[in-house]
Order: sequence, then C-alpha cells, then structure tokens
Amino acid sequence: MFRTVKELVEIAETEEIQLSEVMIRQEMDVKNKSREEIYEEMERNLQVMEKAIEDALQGVQSVTGLTGGDAVLIQKYMKEKNPLSGNLMLDAVSKAMGTNEVNAAMGTICATPTAGSAGCVPGALFAVKEQLNPTREQMIRFLFTAGAFGFVVANNAFISGAAGGCQAEVGSAGAMAAAAIVEMAGGTPQQSSDAFAMTLKNMLGLVCDPVAGLVEVPCVKRNAAGSSLAIVSADMALAGVTSRIPCDEVIGAMYRIGKQMPSSLRETGEGGLADTPTGRLLKEKIFGMSV
Amino acid sequence: MKYNSVFDIIGPVMIGPSSSHTAGAARIGKAARNLFGQEPTWAKIHLYESFAKTYKGHGTDFALVGGLLGYEADDKRISKSLETAKERNITVEFIEDSAAVSHPNTARLIIGNASGSLELVGISIGGGKVEITELNGFDLRLSGNHPAILIMHNDRFGAIASVTRILAKYEINIGHMEVNRKDVGKEALMVIEVDQNVGDAVLKELESADHIVRIAKIDS
Repeated sequence: MFRTVKELVEIAETEEIQLSEVMIRQEMDVKNKSREEIYEEMERNLQVMEKAIEDALQGVQSVTGLTGGDAVLIQKYMKEKNPLSGNLMLDAVSKAMGTNEVNAAMGTICATPTAGSAGCVPGALFAVKEQLNPTREQMIRFLFTAGAFGFVVANNAFISGAAGGCQAEVGSAGAMAAAAIVEMAGGTPQQSSDAFAMTLKNMLGLVCDPVAGLVEVPCVKRNAAGSSLAIVSADMALAGVTSRIPCDEVIGAMYRIGKQMPSSLRETGEGGLADTPTGRLLKEKIFGMSV
Repeated sequence: MKYNSVFDIIGPVMIGPSSSHTAGAARIGKAARNLFGQEPTWAKIHLYESFAKTYKGHGTDFALVGGLLGYEADDKRISKSLETAKERNITVEFIEDSAAVSHPNTARLIIGNASGSLELVGISIGGGKVEITELNGFDLRLSGNHPAILIMHNDRFGAIASVTRILAKYEINIGHMEVNRKDVGKEALMVIEVDQNVGDAVLKELESADHIVRIAKIDS
C-alpha cells in the first residue's frame, strides 16, 4: 500500500503502469473485489457527477438564495462572447461552480474529496473531455488518479475544512484534478506529481470562512479557483515545469499550516469573510439572529 | 491508515451541502441507531466546535436525525427528517456544547426509548468518513472501514474465548479486536472488526454464549 506520493510515483514507474492503475490494483487488493466491480462503483460516481452538472446547467437555486445560476450565466457568456480565459477554462469554471450550486441546493453530488470541494474534479474533467475526447474508461481512470492523490493527503494531512481550512478541501481537490488531467493528457507520473504540488502550493493558507456557516459563500466560487488552477498547473507540468518543493513536502506544509490555523478560520463561520459587515448581515437575515 | 479506500476520497454519493457536516453526521446517526438496535423515542444530541457553530447552515441536525431514522447519506428524505421525527413522536433536543473536545466535528448522541438508552460519541473526520470514539462510557476507535461486531459482556474468564471460538467455527477472520472494561469483573465491551459481514445465525449463537449481555453489528 502506498503511503506517499513518492511511493505512488515509484510504483507506477517501476511497473511501467499509470497512476490510476496503481490505485485500481490497490483497491482490488484492499476490498478483495474484481476490476469490474470497482469500475462499476466508480462509473456510478461518474454518473452522479455528470447528472449534477446537467442539473446545474438547467439552473438551480439554494434555499437561502445566496447561490445558484452562475454556471448558467457563464455558459451563456461563452456562447455569446469571446471569453478572455478561453472556452475550456470557463467551461471548467462553470461546471465546477455548477456542481457546488447543486450541492448548496441540497442536490445529489459525489464528494471529491468533500462536498464543499466537489466541483473541482468533475469541473476539470468534463471541460478537458471536450478537447481530449477520452474514452469512458479514461474518464473513470481520471477519478482513480485523482483519488490516489487524495488518498495520500487524507492519510498524511486532512481533507476537511474543519480540520485544516479550505486549503485541505479546495486545495486538495484542485490538486487532485491537476494530477488527473496530466495523466489523461499523456503526461508522466512525475508530471502528475508536479502538477499536484504546484496547485496545492498556490492554495496553501486558504482558510475556511463560510458566511453564516453555509457551504455557499465563498465555497461555490472557490471551486472555480480550484478547477481553473488545476488546468493551469497541469499545462505547466506538461510543459516541463517542475515543483522545487517535492509533492509530499507540500502536503506536509499544508498539514502544519492547518494545525496553526485558529478555529475561527476552520469552518466555524466566525472569521474571515463570515466576519465581514455583509457576511454578518447575511447571517442575520438568514437565521434571524445577530452574531 | 485512517482512509483505506479510493471511495473514501471519490465518494460518497450524498445529499449536499457538507460531507463532514451532512453525510458524516447522517452516518453517525445511523451508527447510533444500528447499535441501539431499534428506533429511539427520544434523542439528546450534544454538538461541539464546528458542529455546534454551523449545524443549522449545514443541515447537520437534519442529517443526524435522518441517520437515527435509518437513512443513508444519499437519502433524499434527509431534508424532511425533523418533520418525520415529529410525526413519529420522537423528541429531539440539540445542545450546543462548549466543552473542549479533541476533534472539531464531534457529536454526542444520547438516545433511548422505554426499554433502554445508549450514549455514543462520533467524530466526522472529513469526506464523509466517521469514527465512533465512545460507546456507553467505553473509549473505542471504530473506523467503519470493516464490518464490526460489538459485544457487551460481563468481565469473566472465558467470555472472549467463547466468542472467538464461535467466529472460528464460522471461519470468520478477525482483523482488529479490542476489549475494554469499566472495572474488574464489571461490564465490558468487545469490539471486533471482521473481514466480511456477519450473518444472523452467527449473531444468535454469539448472543447465547456465556457472559454475553448484548450484541450489535455494523455492516460496512
């Protein structure tokens, strides 16, 4: 069983297999299940992601009215104008935000690795799909690669905002997506590791400060940041840019930073954006009480 | 390792909005119901730290009660669970507890009915994954990674042997086991994580073994 990204990459290189294959074989071993059974389970998750995006692009609204409809706005803008950041990038952003709009509206999503960060991986996947034209199997492999990296983070650091801030959620999710894009685009295992490291490095220190304690503001838009940064980092890694700090050490840094974060910035809805005049006002409006 | 499956990371499929505050909370509620073995008529739920501060926004209250009603994390009925509980005459009380706890997402559930009660502490460690850390005053560490059998028994010699003998007979392999007691000769708890789900025949036989008081199982 691999415990670090270094071990994960080494197994892939020594056995000359993809990172996704390392994860698939480990899962077969741990669960004592066949490849078909594991594929089927991941296929179901993929379908949930697909459906959430479909729903989002029809337009959804949360109970509080704080979030919803932005994914639709972006898709419309893409059709009518010429987006500065390009169609692929904005497609990822809209699908990532859309997934989280569905989540905020208490719809069905697949946590990747969490619900608050559930948009990053599918957002990136269903956007790069348009350019890379993957097979269904490659799309399933994308999720295993993302999962392999998330597995290391979860076991060596944390993946929840309450434990380590948003860097642990959207930071991990964006980085997982970056590593998976690299594999789908034909990059090496080491390039996946670099893409992961470069994404997480740029997310270090990000706090979890949800307005009124709701997974809405700023969570939905942070998924936009996670998915777009994933694509940029993947391109950087595919271009040959490497991370000066090894991937496992970046995860270690994320862990130590999270440990130093006060609880007001770890999903208590007390600090950061939650503690702005508007943030407090919104909370009062929603719950009818003062902070 | 806290997480041992890729589906802890890519998954679970769940109703939003939060994997730790909604999906994890539902799983803690479900675990309490499973261990109690029946539907409670009342529940007192203490919430700590992040759970206490944000439970309304995250629907943690809906999810915990949904779990007590037996719902899974992806059950759409979760959003109506508080009303359903009321319809079924289950009284639920939430207490925002400021006591210090070792994990930010901690809930203490005290549930019961006319025939008895159960007290359980669960923590939601991220991505929907939970651990049960306390049961009826016993410290334990139940990951939920594997099916488990919990056995309340009297602290007497032979109690453990009679249990393991039955498991051996049915060729059930023990992955992890711990035994905890309140005092010498008093109430004790065996927690046994096994590799496969345990059938009713085995449970029945375990229940009738020497010094065994009560049995509960958790399927994975």
